[in-house]
Amino acid sequence: MALVALKNVTKTYPAPEKGGREVVAVDDVTLDIEPGDVYGIIGYSGAGKSTLVRLVNALEPASSGSIEFDGRELTGLPERELRKIRLGIGMIFQQFNLFSSKTVAGNIAYPLKVAGWSKAEIAPRVAELLEFVGLSDKAKSYPEQLSGGQKQRVGIARALATSPRLLLADEATSALDPETTQEVLELLKRVNREFGVTIVVITHEMDVIQSIATKVAVMDGGRVIENGDVFDVFSTPKNSSSQRFVATVVKGLPSPAELAVLRERHEGRIVTISFRDGDASQAQVFLELARAGLDFELVYGGINDIQGRAFGHLTLAIRGEDAATDAALASIAARVEVTEAA
Amino acid sequence: MDRLFELGSEFWVAAYETFYMVALTLLVGGAIGLVLGVLLYSTRPGSLLPNRAVFNVLNVVINFFRPIPFIIFLAAVQPFARYVIGIGIGNDAMIFSLSIAASFAISRIVEQNLITVSPGTIEAARAMGAGPVRILRTVVIPEALGPLILGYTFIVVAIVDMTAMAGFIGGGGLGNFALVYGYRQFEPAITWAALLVIVVFVQGLQFFGNWLARKVLRR
Repeated sequence: MALVALKNVTKTYPAPEKGGREVVAVDDVTLDIEPGDVYGIIGYSGAGKSTLVRLVNALEPASSGSIEFDGRELTGLPERELRKIRLGIGMIFQQFNLFSSKTVAGNIAYPLKVAGWSKAEIAPRVAELLEFVGLSDKAKSYPEQLSGGQKQRVGIARALATSPRLLLADEATSALDPETTQEVLELLKRVNREFGVTIVVITHEMDVIQSIATKVAVMDGGRVIENGDVFDVFSTPKNSSSQRFVATVVKGLPSPAELAVLRERHEGRIVTISFRDGDASQAQVFLELARAGLDFELVYGGINDIQGRAFGHLTLAIRGEDAATDAALASIAARVEVTEAA
Repeated sequence: MDRLFELGSEFWVAAYETFYMVALTLLVGGAIGLVLGVLLYSTRPGSLLPNRAVFNVLNVVINFFRPIPFIIFLAAVQPFARYVIGIGIGNDAMIFSLSIAASFAISRIVEQNLITVSPGTIEAARAMGAGPVRILRTVVIPEALGPLILGYTFIVVAIVDMTAMAGFIGGGGLGNFALVYGYRQFEPAITWAALLVIVVFVQGLQFFGNWLARKVLRR
């Protein structure tokens, strides 16, 4: 059973000006998040992903549709009940949102106090969490004394304090430099692996999805326009918006401008062959071309690794008789995707 | 100068009265102002306990009283002071009026400082399952504590100013002392002496407030 099940969820806000049109932030979204998933939600700013994640822990009420968490319908529940449910859902933020008036230990203890833990229970739990995020020596520091990466680690420790089953990460690495981003992503991976916490990652950066997500949903204009396994969406994005996101991280597919340059520089036909894990190997393809007596040259390309599965695109300049080339390409096309530049 | 020494004991009594009025006004007005300020902050649309009716009533009432010049306010409130605490003149009556005026001023200062607390921090507390009253008590007020202390320091200085005016309509204190023994008896030295003590008093308060705020803000 899905841990989070969204069915036809819509969130609208009243028109910003009188007589204007209401704003549809989330538009008829249906999405299942299974236990153990690291579910990435990607989209440009204003695509509705931050609103969507706030519907999951009911910080915002949905306008219509159904939201189930752990089999429990959230829409229509009174605020008091929702607060209990939020104890079981952690959340981390782009700006960390630590309490500047409290020490690191005080920040991590806060959700435990809300949950009604006693002082004697809180202290060892805080120590354990600090140990997990590697900040045991910072217990008495204040947030302003920490670096961005350390702040986010405190945010993660705080979000995990009550052992939630679900962690919502709202652009959690967007304010960090690339190196620190990787550190925080590694930590999130550990949270998923060691504690089995399901994670929803909101981001506008495709490399974040690439490094930790197992599933991905692409949002645009409040709608989920494509979703599924990260590998599938990355290797064969169906939607043009998804393709643009994928292009920001996937190496090897020449842009139209690059294709024009390639054609100028190389004789023969320019053909892009796309490999996916499990398809024919490169060796088979090259063997086929060689057998047909074709002269070919690798002019552009790249192989990507997503969650341990590889896919990639190789662009070749092929010289030879047209008929022989056609025959060889047709035979290859039976096994892998072949696109010839017009 | 000789006149000042003659009045020595009365001078120090007046100084004590000023201190007494300021302290009690700060205590009573400070507490009521804090409650009103928190209510203003939390009932505004989109805040933790949005309630248009409460917010609008408070807003209008406070806006009604705030612009009244204090010396006229004192005269206007006098009948109520007589009714509530049994007497219309003297320090206790003044504390009554001072506290009302101070509450309204403090409520605005509290509201302004609470608004500066980052909405993200409040959202984080909400996401952890905290309720609105807990958030006000354990997040909003602690996060705004530094600026709140500076705001209260500012208002204490204003209260010192107000006690001097209270001296004009039946209150005691250094303001009254300066008027009665200095101004009306053509003894500028006495006026200056009263002024000097007030300045020292205010400086002391300001230093203390700054020190406390720095300690809370850790900078």
